[in-house]
Amino acid sequence: MTPLLAATSEVAINWHTVMFYVISLCACGFAVIVAMTNNIVRMAFALIVSLAATSGLLFLAGAYFVGAMQLMIYVGGTVVLLIFGVMLTAQKAFITMRTQAGDWILGLLVGGTLLAVLVQLVFLIPQWQSSDYQSVADKQLLAFAEELKSQQDRGEEITPEQRRKLELLAAKASEGMPQRTGEIGLALVGVRADKIESEETGLAGYLLPFEIISVHLLVVLVGAAYLARAKRHHHGGDHL
Amino acid sequence: MGEFFAGWFPAGWEFLGYTVAALIQAFLLVNVIALGAFVFIWAERKVSGRIQDRLGPTRTGGAFGWLQSLADGIKLLSKEDLMPKDADPILFKLAPYVAFAASFSAFMALPFASGWVALHLNIGLFFLIAVLGLEVFGVILAGYSSGSKWSLFGAMRQAAQVVSYEVPLGICVIVPLMICGTMDLVAIGDQQRGLFTNWLIFHDPFIFVVFWVYFTCAVASVNRAPFDLAEAESELVAGFLTEYSGMRWSLFFMAEYGSMILVSALAAILFFGGWNGPIPIFSALMDWFPDYLGNCWWFSSIANMFGVLCLLLKASIGVIAMMWVRWTFPRLRVDQVITMCLKYCVPIAAVCLLGVMFWTALGVPFFNDLLPAQERSLVREGWFKTGEKQADALLESLSASTDEEGDVE
Repeated sequence: MTPLLAATSEVAINWHTVMFYVISLCACGFAVIVAMTNNIVRMAFALIVSLAATSGLLFLAGAYFVGAMQLMIYVGGTVVLLIFGVMLTAQKAFITMRTQAGDWILGLLVGGTLLAVLVQLVFLIPQWQSSDYQSVADKQLLAFAEELKSQQDRGEEITPEQRRKLELLAAKASEGMPQRTGEIGLALVGVRADKIESEETGLAGYLLPFEIISVHLLVVLVGAAYLARAKRHHHGGDHL
Repeated sequence: MGEFFAGWFPAGWEFLGYTVAALIQAFLLVNVIALGAFVFIWAERKVSGRIQDRLGPTRTGGAFGWLQSLADGIKLLSKEDLMPKDADPILFKLAPYVAFAASFSAFMALPFASGWVALHLNIGLFFLIAVLGLEVFGVILAGYSSGSKWSLFGAMRQAAQVVSYEVPLGICVIVPLMICGTMDLVAIGDQQRGLFTNWLIFHDPFIFVVFWVYFTCAVASVNRAPFDLAEAESELVAGFLTEYSGMRWSLFFMAEYGSMILVSALAAILFFGGWNGPIPIFSALMDWFPDYLGNCWWFSSIANMFGVLCLLLKASIGVIAMMWVRWTFPRLRVDQVITMCLKYCVPIAAVCLLGVMFWTALGVPFFNDLLPAQERSLVREGWFKTGEKQADALLESLSASTDEEGDVE
């Protein structure tokens, strides 16, 4: 159902909003637990719940692909690795972790900076400032539907081309549309399917940032492997 | 389904209809797992009995012992809920629910017939694979929080196995995805309509190989024998769930059976035509009597019911095959498990991936040309269908009255 159609029928309870509050409360609450608890394994558990709730938020927003990606990479992959690391390395002394005052200050500084940047970003986007925001696709759909309506009132039939255009616009305004994986793949190499019809036809290439991130990740991995090797070599002569 | 129930309620109270629909769907999904586990636990005993030349349960509930699962359930319910002294109390109690929730939530995106799915995602396949990977987490949590080194060893072994078998499993799943050109499970199933030669397993020789690799990896990733070295009887005794008893233990068991059904149903959808029977009786009937049955809602409902039966039958065959494998093959050693994964499954799957790619790219003739190309592309463009529906609804609401237009704003 398009947001447009949803607006026409009066809904007593907006379950979408309710679920948003529930899930975001879950995400934030468990994030706080991550910071508060001392036990490192409970910390990892709370982190996983928080990340899973974030993917729930993405699902609510209609970003299914990103949501499943979040589940796969963060919840299923990274955190499992993290837990492995914790279980293999944490001994009695490290299993409960006390946060030093300096760490608190540093963490608050970094987190606060990120929060400030994000909040500024949120208020920078004009559509997000009002609650009755309608997406561009919705507005296009509405305008075209009005046009067709007036055409009908004049007694003219709707041509198949117009009908096709209406279908396209309606599909575009529907929530699943921007997450078609084919389009995501095309967007990665710079073809923006969602901007082909508008003025700003974007070769908004995500390829370069994507490549930079992946090379960066590779460098980090190689660095981590190198550091781990060097440490073991330094400690003792026994070759495992 | 939501729209159907919303029609029952007066304006302004449609949300009750949606709630009813959601509750019914949740109830049905829970029962797929619960009844599935109920039947398959009994079937496992019978299958193992037959394979080992004995009878299996015979006493509880008549000749076939068909009430055995119920008796087991009552026994498990009445067992004492034990917890080791060294265990982490919160995590120990949470772990079974985490494992079960991971298995259960994957069923949300599993279609049982064309369009009969609780959550129709355009990335259903990816979602299923992602959620299946979460079960490891319950395993690790259970093993760690038990406060027993044997549980921890079992958890580590199983987690290592499940995580490593996800790699070939992922590659295998890509093959049908590549042929169908979509991650939408409903669309993948619908593309295999028609005679059984349309099933993807008959698409080309490579995908026939891929199915066996998929099945091997699926058996390993749901931790069934011969890949259940985490539960090796001699040294570990049931692996990560050593310390669990009663209801918590049975939750892990339910999760395992849920995953077995899920993985088999996924195999049926990806390789064996999903809810499509071997011979398209219903669509043939629809073609012969288009006037009577063309827009007949009960007829399409019956066809979908038949589809559900078909899918469950195929999934059951997969589960029974897993049981058969369990009681036939000897358990693998840990090095053999890893060799199997890295030296056999991954390369075979990768070569087949390339093979299917060239097969489709070169346009080598294959059997399943029976579905007209135009129809195939229509299924592929399911997206436009949603657009059509919405355009219809929109035009209807626009032409209804001028008063409503004020509300649109």
